[in-house]
Amino acid sequence: MKEKSGRSTRGGVIFLLVVACLYALAFLIDTELALNALAFSTNLLYQLLPVLLLVFALMLISNFLVKPEWVRANVGKDSGLRGWVVAVVGGILSVGPIYVWYALLRDLKTMGMRTALIAVFLYNRGIKLPLLPLMIHYFGMTYTLVLAIYMTLFSLLSGVLVEKIVEHKPRP
Amino acid sequence: MSMQTSRLHKEQLISSIKKTASMFTGMLPILVGVILLTGLILELIPTDKAASWFGRNTLLDALIGTAVGSISAGHPLTSYVLGGELLENGISLVAVTALLVSWVTVGSIQFPAEALMLGRRFAFYRNLICFGFSILIAVLTVATLRLLG
Repeated sequence: MKEKSGRSTRGGVIFLLVVACLYALAFLIDTELALNALAFSTNLLYQLLPVLLLVFALMLISNFLVKPEWVRANVGKDSGLRGWVVAVVGGILSVGPIYVWYALLRDLKTMGMRTALIAVFLYNRGIKLPLLPLMIHYFGMTYTLVLAIYMTLFSLLSGVLVEKIVEHKPRP
Repeated sequence: MSMQTSRLHKEQLISSIKKTASMFTGMLPILVGVILLTGLILELIPTDKAASWFGRNTLLDALIGTAVGSISAGHPLTSYVLGGELLENGISLVAVTALLVSWVTVGSIQFPAEALMLGRRFAFYRNLICFGFSILIAVLTVATLRLLG
């Protein structure tokens, strides 16, 4: 596990270096564009700080209080209906961009969280409760409601499919 | 006995803080990379120019809507504004819905981070399935709305 985590950290550093190279290239080609992109990114990072703190707190709680037995019982292979409900509600209620949740999900996965439920959680992040009034304003109540229902239903289907494909082992 | 339990809890807490800090630090390069990439892509592909890409036929528009949503990393609110603008320009509701759904469910820019954290196979198939579902949900939503009148 430690080896896997080390690999993803190394991968992360390589990824950051690749992005830095893209910026260097952008600076050479179009300095204004690169500066605008950098300003946008700095502002985004600043806006994300409260969410990052929340994620850190949740990761700490998960490491300190959540035990693998709890994960297995509530979002594990045998969690049943409860697992699906936890993943749907958790996904809808989670805030901030999707990528800040990857680390927590990886943590829960190592404790036994089901692959399908990770996919369901990630899909339901698409339903943004605080933005629903705005969506209603732009597209109407019926549209918003129908879309939210379809997204929830398809999130379950995506979970089943992703798990089937990812965990499928070809016959020897 | 209770002092021993309290010391054990304290040790567990310190160990949890260390573990969390280490995991968090490991996540930072990926996070900063995705944020920087988002800024660069948004500058390179301004989504407000997207209206000119649509208008051929409904299915192709839905596919373009899904593709635009998939490579967009801005706030979902931007997709509502863009979607509203596209509808006003006569672009089909199927295309706009596909854009709205893929905007929040498919993450091309976040793909490297998702693959590093949750596995390449998981990230690839999840995004591929979400891409297909965006079109399907768009068609079903519009069909349901027609049924409801």
